[in-house]
Amino acid sequence: MKKKEEYKMTAKELCIGDIVDFNPLNKFYTGNWRSRKKPILDKNKCINCLICWISCPDSSIKVVSDDAKISIVDNIDYNFCKGCGICAMECKNGAIKMEEEKK
Amino acid sequence: MIKTVYPTGKIVAKTGNEAIAEAMRQIEPDVVAAYPITPATEIMQIFSQFIADGIIGSEYIAVESEHSAMSATIAASAAGARAMTGTSSQGLAFMWEMLYIASGLRLPIVMAEVNRAISAPINIHGDHSDSMGTRDSGWIQLYSENSQEAYDNMIQAIRISEKAKLPVMVTTDGFVISHCMEVVEIYPDKDVKAFIGDYNPDRYLLDIKHPYTLGAIDLQDYYFEHRYQLSKAIEDSKNIILNVSKDFFNSFKRKYDFYEKYMLDDAEIAIVVIGSTAGTVKLVVKELRNKGIKAGLLKIRVYRPFPSKQIAKELASIKAIAIMDKSDSCSGAFAPIYSDIVASLYSNGIVKPKVLNCVYGLGGRDITIKQIINIYEILIKIASGIKYPTNIINYINVRK
Amino acid sequence: MELLKVIEIRWHGRGGQGAKTASLFFAEIMLATGKYIQAFPEYGPERMGAPMKSYNRLSENPITLHTNVINPDYVVVLDPTLIEVVNLTNGLNKTGKIIINTSFDSEYIAKKINFNKKHVYVIDASKIAIKNIGKNIPNTTMLGALIKVMNILDINEALNNIETKLNIKFRTKTHLISGNLDSIKQAFYEVKN
Repeated sequence: MKKKEEYKMTAKELCIGDIVDFNPLNKFYTGNWRSRKKPILDKNKCINCLICWISCPDSSIKVVSDDAKISIVDNIDYNFCKGCGICAMECKNGAIKMEEEKK
Repeated sequence: MIKTVYPTGKIVAKTGNEAIAEAMRQIEPDVVAAYPITPATEIMQIFSQFIADGIIGSEYIAVESEHSAMSATIAASAAGARAMTGTSSQGLAFMWEMLYIASGLRLPIVMAEVNRAISAPINIHGDHSDSMGTRDSGWIQLYSENSQEAYDNMIQAIRISEKAKLPVMVTTDGFVISHCMEVVEIYPDKDVKAFIGDYNPDRYLLDIKHPYTLGAIDLQDYYFEHRYQLSKAIEDSKNIILNVSKDFFNSFKRKYDFYEKYMLDDAEIAIVVIGSTAGTVKLVVKELRNKGIKAGLLKIRVYRPFPSKQIAKELASIKAIAIMDKSDSCSGAFAPIYSDIVASLYSNGIVKPKVLNCVYGLGGRDITIKQIINIYEILIKIASGIKYPTNIINYINVRK
Repeated sequence: MELLKVIEIRWHGRGGQGAKTASLFFAEIMLATGKYIQAFPEYGPERMGAPMKSYNRLSENPITLHTNVINPDYVVVLDPTLIEVVNLTNGLNKTGKIIINTSFDSEYIAKKINFNKKHVYVIDASKIAIKNIGKNIPNTTMLGALIKVMNILDINEALNNIETKLNIKFRTKTHLISGNLDSIKQAFYEVKN
């Protein structure tokens, strides 16, 4: 597939002062290229200690509130995960495993 | 008794530093970060005393260097605070890389800069070497002739910077103004506060509902556009400065412009100067006018942005002009103000005036009335057609 | 210069004696009488004991002049040892007046600085300061002498004015106020030609 050429904004269109707007439509998915392995979450083993969430350098551990308004680990955002493996290393309960990725 | 210009103004005796600290007290910025350096030390000494005494609620960050002072000010400003700082000479030089970041990120920071010579040799006295060095850093520069102007400039600087989204430097001549007690008219706090208004930035980093990235890498494809934006902002700030001056006149009855013309309209010879020396030149001009000599003065207040079209127009019909620089760019050619003015004249098609460059007062060396009269005498000669080398710098009162 | 209807004063002192403070203080007092003022120090190396100068300008009109004082009308010397070190009468107008803190008489001092005795005034300001303030800080004392020699202020009015200013300045050291006022008063009456 031929990729469309990126549109370059003019000085007038650009946000002033080197600001890059947060825009969910900007698909700057840093996770589309990562190390050989990716983390797989086993929700049955997870005790929601959130250590993985604190440790993740790419903010790829997604946390949500459950019915009792307690924060729980929901999933791993592979759009941004670089496969560093810190979460798996830090997980005390073996709930995150690094697995070879098929490409 | 001395009459006030503003009906409810108050006449007080203040040094330049005291006047600036007073302006800062009335402005009451959210954050001030500074490191002491002669001759600007007093500003922060007095200002921090206001905080210690509980008079104002600003946050003062005592940092370990000027680099950190500017960094903290930038961070505070980016976070959404009204942030100020102050420094001088080596301190300004130490802030160097952060100055460009402040302007590049378009942060409305106001700095009280007390002009002092740059080392080496080490010298604490006033010349413009420090701020002239930062003339291309994207900061607006307002120069003050006396304490009153320093006070007024500080108040206007807040409005200018927040409207233009550019940092502003207000300078005073070290010791000559900073430590000189003069008559200053102070306006009531509430009127100053009403003039500057509240600071409501369009966007700021602590606004978590509208997140954005500030200061990302910007390579060949976008850096140029951002720098063009900055250049355009500086150009556009000219109108903002004039509008704020107009508002200031309406509020406080003191008139400000890019420059002050003193008996310039029908002048045949003129001096262009920045800062405290303008006051001395005014006296000389008056004296020469009494003798029937058509002398004039153009005192530049706004040096960045440089009002090049306006200045060229003002100087177009003058026969001989001396441009006095209190700094030397060590370029092997000419000093900063001269270069700017000659470029302005030439680009506007004005080639008639003979323009002389005089460098004076480095390291705080005094410039006397007699020396200024001498310069006018040289201008009279040049105007009457006598040949005089105008393609080199005239160093005033230096032992060559 | 004809246009310069300005009275100029030069203060000589040593770092720490308060010559700068005295000139600033004098300017504030004169402002209260409706005069335009300037007061500024001339620093060399900033250290205690180094000879330093401070200046005043007074005028009925706004002062735009921003140069050093070259030809003062009055010279005030806070430290007698400066006689040997500094040319105190440098640039002093022939009709100008010099006031020196010394225990010698004016004749002796006039000879020493080679100046017309008629214009030399002496006051033992250090003695007065030590007596009233407990320290050899003769700046306010010399201020009293200057007010007398210049003869442009009513002493009682000046003292009232100074008291208000001192109340602000010494708000944390109120015990110094009366001593300073006494010094000024004593110097006013004791300074002699």
